[in-house]
Amino acid sequence: MLVAQDLAAQRGDALLFQGLDFALRPGAALFVSGPNGSGKTTLLRIVAALTHALRGKLTWDGSEIEPFAPAMRAAVLFIGHAPALKEELSAEENLASLVGLHGASAEAPALADALATWSLARQRSLPARVLSQGQRRRIGLARLRLVSRPLWVLDEPLTALDTAGIDTLRATVGEHLGRGGMALIATHHAFEPTAGTSHSLRLQ
Amino acid sequence: MNEATLQASLADDSAWSGVAWALARDLKLALRSKAELGVQLLFYVIVVSLFPLGVGPEPGILRTLGPGVLWVAALLASLLALPRLFAADFADGTLEQIALAPYPLPALIAGKILAHWLATGAPLVALSPLLAMQFGLGGEETTILAVGLLLGTPTLSLLGAIGAALTLGVRTGGALLALLILPLYVPILIFGAGAVEALRAGLASGGELSILAAALLAAVVGAPLACAAAVRIALD
Repeated sequence: MLVAQDLAAQRGDALLFQGLDFALRPGAALFVSGPNGSGKTTLLRIVAALTHALRGKLTWDGSEIEPFAPAMRAAVLFIGHAPALKEELSAEENLASLVGLHGASAEAPALADALATWSLARQRSLPARVLSQGQRRRIGLARLRLVSRPLWVLDEPLTALDTAGIDTLRATVGEHLGRGGMALIATHHAFEPTAGTSHSLRLQ
Repeated sequence: MNEATLQASLADDSAWSGVAWALARDLKLALRSKAELGVQLLFYVIVVSLFPLGVGPEPGILRTLGPGVLWVAALLASLLALPRLFAADFADGTLEQIALAPYPLPALIAGKILAHWLATGAPLVALSPLLAMQFGLGGEETTILAVGLLLGTPTLSLLGAIGAALTLGVRTGGALLALLILPLYVPILIFGAGAVEALRAGLASGGELSILAAALLAAVVGAPLACAAAVRIALD
């Protein structure tokens, strides 16, 4: 369970938000919205243990989150703005490489299956350099099913995705929540995975 | 797999798995971009070859200059390849994922540096006996020079990696990197070229080579830790 109390964050000299309280229980998703520059990405990076908050307390299963703490690195799957893809590698190699980095084993049939789920079956051996933005985004999201982590932190996952892609993401997140997972998602368009599981948080 | 078993399964061999992951990925990427490696190797060959053309064919002068020229050229070639060590991963978000991976960050970075040396340093060492012929170096001198480079170039990669990690996200990163790292390369240059000098003076070059080996061991332990700290600061 993720609990934030009186959280504040700063970027440069600007105070982004303060007095933020929320709790995220197993099986629930929290959608973070707000205008550009309101601190959505910063909040997500704090939760993913990439940076620290200015003030306040953020705990995961009772212990406080420190930047780069091993417990958080084993618990969180963070997918940020940057796709983390290598232009020279094929879609399948990129996916295998990312899944391996997360400490999960990537067998060829599982990889092919994940790519097929995201409609990338025909593109699996194409280098990432020739793929469209949406297809690149799909490679990044395809690892959601292959890596088992209780907390997903997704920064604008809908960017460049088409309607079918959004449906796949909704189903994937819904499945994750159904297994007792948690998700923290920054997005301009809330999409309810399953009724009653999602909450929203608006940053000013 | 829940969080506890994930951590437990990673605890046993996670450092080596981290090294193996980074090594395999970076070598694969290096093989896909052979042109960049070729440029660096060609730079080394050309810089070394300019000296016999510039100072003339006097065998005595060339023999004196040889070891120093090869070392300076190796140093510059190593510097040329450094920016690509972390910058690409930093720009495309991979470094963020690397820092958040369950493997220890110094292990992943050690794997990256090893791959970097295998792709950029090892070819320089392999080519150096051939280039030493241009300077008329004898068999024993060439051997000592190559052994020195074999012990010294990994240290150059390790020290350089610290500079590359520290200059991440800095706009004039390349030039700053050179200013930051070249002074640190000086001891390696002195003992590397000095090993051949000692041989010529009729002394054993074991002392110089031992110092190069000691510097390598110290760098192997220290550099990945320093890089990991610098990478975390750059990502914050």
